[in-house]
Amino acid sequence: MYRQDQQKKPRLADARKRHFGGAAAFKPIEYPFRLNFYTTPPTAEVTLEEFEQWAIDRLRVLAEIESCLYRNKTPDELKATLNPLLKKYLHIESNSAHSTQLFEQRQKDHYSHFILRLAFARSEELRKRFSKAETILFKHRFDSDDGLERSEFITSLGLDWELVSPDERNQLAKPLLAAAGGKKLDEAYFKVDWERVTDLVQSRQVLLKGGKAYVPSSQYSSLVVAEFTSRLDKALELTARALPRLDEDDRLIPILNHLSHGFAAPEYNPSSDTTILSGAPITAGAIDGLSQHFPACMLHLHRTLRSTKHLKHFGRLQYTLFLKGVGLSVEEALNFWRGAFSNMPADKFNKEYAYNVRHAYGMEGGRKNYRAKSCQQILLEHPPGTGEAHGCPYRHFSIDNLTVLLQKQMGVTDQAVLRGVKQDTEATKYHMACNRVFEYAHAAELKREKEKGQTFTTLTHPNEYMVRSWELKNPEAVGVAAVGGGAGTRRAGDKPVEVDMMGGGEMM
Amino acid sequence: MSDHSDHDPAEELPDAPPTKPEIQDSSDDESSGSFAAKRGELKSSPPPTDSKKDIKAIFDSDDDFGSDVDLDADMAAITVDAPDVKPDIKPSSSSSNSDPEEMLAFYKRLFPWRTLFQWLNHSPVPTHDFGHREFAFTLQNDVYLRYQSFATFEMLRKDVIRLNPSRFEIGPVYSANPRDRKTLRKAAFKPISKELVFDIDLTDYDDVRTCCDKANICKKCWQFITVAIKIMDVALREDLGFKHIMWIYSGRRGAHAWVCDKRARTMDDQKRRAVAAYLEVVRGNDKSGKRVNLRRPLHPHLSRSLDVLIENFGQEVLRDQDPWRKEEDAERLLELLQDKTLAAELRKQWTSDPGRSSKQKWDDINSTASKTNSNTLNALKLKSAKEDIIFEYLYPRLDAEVSKHLNHLLKSPFVVHPGTGRVCVPIDHENPENFDPLTVPTVRQLLKEIDEWEAAHKEDAPMSEEEKVPDVDKTSLKPYADYFRRFVQGVMKEEMKEVKVKRERGADAMEF
Repeated sequence: MYRQDQQKKPRLADARKRHFGGAAAFKPIEYPFRLNFYTTPPTAEVTLEEFEQWAIDRLRVLAEIESCLYRNKTPDELKATLNPLLKKYLHIESNSAHSTQLFEQRQKDHYSHFILRLAFARSEELRKRFSKAETILFKHRFDSDDGLERSEFITSLGLDWELVSPDERNQLAKPLLAAAGGKKLDEAYFKVDWERVTDLVQSRQVLLKGGKAYVPSSQYSSLVVAEFTSRLDKALELTARALPRLDEDDRLIPILNHLSHGFAAPEYNPSSDTTILSGAPITAGAIDGLSQHFPACMLHLHRTLRSTKHLKHFGRLQYTLFLKGVGLSVEEALNFWRGAFSNMPADKFNKEYAYNVRHAYGMEGGRKNYRAKSCQQILLEHPPGTGEAHGCPYRHFSIDNLTVLLQKQMGVTDQAVLRGVKQDTEATKYHMACNRVFEYAHAAELKREKEKGQTFTTLTHPNEYMVRSWELKNPEAVGVAAVGGGAGTRRAGDKPVEVDMMGGGEMM
Repeated sequence: MSDHSDHDPAEELPDAPPTKPEIQDSSDDESSGSFAAKRGELKSSPPPTDSKKDIKAIFDSDDDFGSDVDLDADMAAITVDAPDVKPDIKPSSSSSNSDPEEMLAFYKRLFPWRTLFQWLNHSPVPTHDFGHREFAFTLQNDVYLRYQSFATFEMLRKDVIRLNPSRFEIGPVYSANPRDRKTLRKAAFKPISKELVFDIDLTDYDDVRTCCDKANICKKCWQFITVAIKIMDVALREDLGFKHIMWIYSGRRGAHAWVCDKRARTMDDQKRRAVAAYLEVVRGNDKSGKRVNLRRPLHPHLSRSLDVLIENFGQEVLRDQDPWRKEEDAERLLELLQDKTLAAELRKQWTSDPGRSSKQKWDDINSTASKTNSNTLNALKLKSAKEDIIFEYLYPRLDAEVSKHLNHLLKSPFVVHPGTGRVCVPIDHENPENFDPLTVPTVRQLLKEIDEWEAAHKEDAPMSEEEKVPDVDKTSLKPYADYFRRFVQGVMKEEMKEVKVKRERGADAMEF
């Protein structure tokens, strides 16, 4: 969308013309399909108000998608959340609806996408998040698209997929069936390099043969979505490179900056203050006492550390960062770990492990200030293997082992709670299970706070769990104002733009 | 860290906690007894280059100061991103089986430098594939040097002989020379390619192997690795379409695979993750309950693997490992059957007749099932449960983290394992069952073989330079070195073919 030769042209007064292509005359864009790969940038003029409003509307949708991902919602839940939101802010109907609004709807979708591209191309992290959210939005629309229109849309893309001949299809009938797990062969199969459908390879849903993946027509969506993402990623790179050359008047840049700030991830941000709990520094010796406030994941790590006098790498990392978030200083952290590895000679500890602890505190190497791992990270990164104690017990334990942990270590005796936990974990709602246990363990305190008119949101971070628990059990030590918000509040620095981006995220 | 615009070692000094001008002195602040002893040993090894510094060496070592000083910085990536590189070898054992002097002789006389170069360079002429490749050295005093790189194999060889590392690892090819990384913007220094690697380690089998544990291995438990190689090799070739796969004994208790096809080398992390997930079946740990839950019908890769597993299950697991002989161990089997009625019936039977072997117990499942009248039990479900058990006990267990990241370092082939003194030699993928880790030569043995050969040929007429027998040919390392050479020739041939096609196309284009 940006060409270098634009720079050589005399500067046009209208900034938008420069953004959206250099040449003067454009054919008006038509939107034959509901779905759009966003390959052509918009060319018509819009008012500044439309520019901002459309972008904000789209942003609401994308922010909600992020929030759903963050909360580990299932695809069905995501669909249920998105449908009303899309209808309100970014409604697009299919051709069969014969709506008079088709053009306006599709134009808004098209323009808002490109405006946000400008806003989110600036950093690698923003690009990644934007591309992820847009991909999910695309997939959502693709899946709900009208069958006929969808196949016409796919044809219009002109993708180079090799069709499997009927002979080969019949020859491979048995493995094809086994790979898809179905009972009937699909009408058509495509043969593509397996690298193009990594999600299907990963879940073993396609037949692989000689480096080619045999994708059944029922799995088109995977191919189309992968294509969408890879094209969007490439386009975002290009936009990023063109951004510095976009010498803009001061009308759009502030809006764009505003927009990218509004897209703040709804995450709990542990305070880096070392005296977050009671105002007094936490010492290594205090950890055992504090462990009663720990969520199951950290309690399991703590107990494992105490019983085996050792933790493996990812366990140490998860636990060190958690303790750091709680407010343990690096000196105390070193004392804590040295003491905990009591079977180990001090020089071995200093040589092989102290570095790791200091590194987690950003005092070695890249000096990155690592943040305590969120529930999402713990759930998704590095599933624990043999001999490892990290991860999330609600997800990584079998239900029997989880029940034992809850009963023996966390004192959950109420059968109804245990049954609830079982249902939650079976429905892969691990955070719900954890929150359920939290509510059970703090029932009295929560009731008290509720009577005072305080409300609580769902916990999404082990440190949030711990701090909240400590505050509830020690109300006298906490200033009244701090309750509810807690010592570690959600990121407040990025003030959301006009809309409350986290609005959807806070309810659950 | 990375915003140093110019590469001035003096300026970097304050950055690193202990500032040391000499590598040999780096253990100064740790004045424990074992270190003093180790340094004593070091003194007996040839002196560092100081004495013979020419201009070139000064430049070289200058560079090394930089690396040494920010060694801690470099460890960062390793200690956080590469959990497998924990130093798990006790200093005492490292000195017993690989003596620094022997190591030096090994590097000088036996290590296949040229083949290693060709393998990583993909061409006889030095290219960036080799020049921008990261090497990481573990020195005899456990100091770890990352981001080393070399334009040619002579320079690599020279530096290895100078530093005499106890082992070294191979990392990715970067977009620029790793030694220049400090002068570059972050975005300009990125890993761009590396072989797809796999790491299988017997410690991950500790809950199913009964013969040995931890670092120990025997012929019986090595069978797990043999089966793993068979299954992985065929999947990598037939399903994913790779051709150049080399299996390397890791020197103690496992094996590495290096997939060297260009297509594999240029894969990004997402693709690596996909391959790892495609191949991974056994998940979780002892707290996760049933670790294998496969959907039916089995994916073609899994049904093919199951055939191999069944072939080996009777001997390798039931007879050799005998994992369910003890009553408490048999509980695991009963749990995995996922049927309470059947489990109760079997438990009763085994309590009344203790000492039944795993083989007998495995057979009991079917015979008891046919007699038990249970409405929850059906033949199909039981068959699936039994298949899942076979997968759990014998399917390859990957250390998936190693495979998932482009920038992960892995020990180089043909280095010596410091704990065992054994050389990391290739395993023939066509006959993995012929490989016996316990007969892999050690450095000490190889050096003895050279001496013996030379003693036996003392009487021979002195040979000219061309006729001289290379040292490797005097030892039992020869077949392994030959295998490696043949493998590398295959890799190079394919790569050169591509280059040639490109060049021809280029020439055509020029004519117009």
